[in-house]
Amino acid sequence: MMSDTTTLKSSELLGAITAAKENLGFTLLLDITAVDNLHKSHPPFTRFELVYILRHSEFKKTLIYKVAVEDPEIGVVSISSLFASAEWAEREVYDQYGIHFQGHKMLKRVLNHNEFVGHPLRKDYEITKGQYCTTSQDLMDEMRPLLDDRNLDMNKDDLMIVNLGPSHPASHGTIRTLAALDGEKIVAAASEIGYLHRGFEKSCENHNYNQIIPYTDRLNYCSAIMNNIAFAKTVEDMLDVTLPDRGIFIRIIVAELSRVIDHLVCLAAGLLDMGGQTNYWYLYNPRDNAYDFLSKLTGARLTNSYMRIGGMTHDLYDGWESDLDDVLTKIDFGISESLKMITHNRIYNDRIQNVSPVSAAQAIDYGFTGPNLRASGVPYDVRFANPYYYYDTFDFDMVIGSVGDTYDRMMVRFDEMNESLKIIRQAVKRIPDGPVNVDDRRITMPEKSCVYGGIEGMMNQFKLVIDGVKVPEGEFYGSFEAANGELGFYIVSDGSGTPYKVKVRPPSFYHMSAYPKIIENYQVADAIMTLGSLNIIAGEMDR
Amino acid sequence: MDVSNTHLLDEAVVTTKIDAVINWGREASLWPFVFGTACCAIEFMSTAASRYDISRFGAEVLRFSPRHADLLVVAGTISYKQAPILKQIYDQMPEPKWVVAVGACASTGGFYDNYTTLQGIDEIVPVDVYVAGCPPRPEAIIDAILDIQRQLKREPSFKVRNTDYKGKLDDV
Repeated sequence: MMSDTTTLKSSELLGAITAAKENLGFTLLLDITAVDNLHKSHPPFTRFELVYILRHSEFKKTLIYKVAVEDPEIGVVSISSLFASAEWAEREVYDQYGIHFQGHKMLKRVLNHNEFVGHPLRKDYEITKGQYCTTSQDLMDEMRPLLDDRNLDMNKDDLMIVNLGPSHPASHGTIRTLAALDGEKIVAAASEIGYLHRGFEKSCENHNYNQIIPYTDRLNYCSAIMNNIAFAKTVEDMLDVTLPDRGIFIRIIVAELSRVIDHLVCLAAGLLDMGGQTNYWYLYNPRDNAYDFLSKLTGARLTNSYMRIGGMTHDLYDGWESDLDDVLTKIDFGISESLKMITHNRIYNDRIQNVSPVSAAQAIDYGFTGPNLRASGVPYDVRFANPYYYYDTFDFDMVIGSVGDTYDRMMVRFDEMNESLKIIRQAVKRIPDGPVNVDDRRITMPEKSCVYGGIEGMMNQFKLVIDGVKVPEGEFYGSFEAANGELGFYIVSDGSGTPYKVKVRPPSFYHMSAYPKIIENYQVADAIMTLGSLNIIAGEMDR
Repeated sequence: MDVSNTHLLDEAVVTTKIDAVINWGREASLWPFVFGTACCAIEFMSTAASRYDISRFGAEVLRFSPRHADLLVVAGTISYKQAPILKQIYDQMPEPKWVVAVGACASTGGFYDNYTTLQGIDEIVPVDVYVAGCPPRPEAIIDAILDIQRQLKREPSFKVRNTDYKGKLDDV
């Protein structure tokens, strides 16, 4: 993928980003993060650097701006007036690195709790230093300005405040939304996340590249292998190696299968929230069949850790074709049975059509990617925009919605599953024989016979386990079309086997940041369906 | 004895202990509150789905109000931010109540030995059964429920459990 990196002074930031958006057409802000240069062997001029990652409106080019921060207390100008997605992204940088953003309306912590002291991703914050939290915040500090903006008053307008979550069956356990209601209608809402913040990025800085693979499993645990592949592929791109063809095809097959089972669980849970429990059995049971295939292949049902840097743990087993074929048939059956029940079902259609529509321009502004963006009618899919792994040679379609309402978001997922099944069937026919791993002893493990049979092999394995795969010094942003959207990894390497910094570009984080805005003017029951259709996965949202 | 005679017990008096009767009823009607936060919650979904079918053991009435539940199933990582909420949920459940820590994270913090993650929920609420795995298979979750059933049969039925437990968030 093409990406240009430009270094800016902090005074030039707002001008440069405005120009990029208005004149150059970089309309999608993918991510904002920072790098703490404290432990770099040749520290640059300032300790903190901000990194802005933007994507062109044709989705081919990526632009990276790096901004030196002279004083984190003073910080830089906020760009939240230019991009709605910057609002939470800047809050996260403030939370994790303590860099101030001037002019940001609500600069407060987003991932860590309100009693937290310090900024955990700073290099001088010790990884194991946990801090107990005793109370939750009431979120009224966010709600009051929202009500003031809308000229509403709690007492005069007879509003009621309802707290949904984090322990709420439809909030998936970790999402909290505070809604101000006028009757049944939501007039203002504020969301709080971070309840599943597990310190992924800090853990990455303390493990070598292959040790990070299990952590990536638990980002989006509904499609674990996809995260493995996205991470491994980014590191392989940094190493400038590509897998042998058989390895690539295995990755395509398991990635598309993961996309299918991710959509299955999203739709099963969404329809269950709506009261369509039969759909849950029809859609969830094939997922169990897919687990059987995956556990036979990888040894685990859910968190597979199947990939490694430069390949995967092992090749497919004998007889995998018939097992996979059986799984695909069952998935087909589940999807068609479920569609039979809902396609012409008035309850289903009336309940979610024209609920919380997101226009194409809004979706880009919010930083949507993946099925949620495509539901709004924007034809963006990394597999089409920047094809990797021979995706351009497969016969499949991009599924596009029209108005971006809850209905579109769910139906796009239904159709995408069929497209993924098409890809899997083609890949099974085309898969070649041969090795699956990169044949480079600096990256992949030697054969076990060499490890037990000779000193070179043993030393090779020892060095790879202890030191890890050494990645050349530099920075890289790699993106991958995961089930929920563009899953990106921004990796800074200092040349050792442990990354200096890893930042995930999580699709769900940006979908969630838009959620309190798009549920406004709809009922609480609609908001539940909207949350289900956005498919917020807390693991990758909170990391 | 002629079991085909349905009137056999009509006039009979059976003597037993009140604990035995109540626990016999309780055993197969545990109402779980699923505090699902992460990957383990997805495996709990499998446990409730048709293949593993938790209702075979009488624990399928999943309640999302703590006041209706007597079995707290903590499935997933509990962060420091989440901890006071878990504590509040536990306090709202009526006695007698049992707690299952599903998976490595809920039991010990798992491989998230870092600044965000509570190193085991037993720091804040008493735990009766720990389930190993990351995430545990549905069979393991069912086994934990069977384990709770075995435990409760041995206990007096009118007893407030864990009175001597002191959690880290109890005095604040």
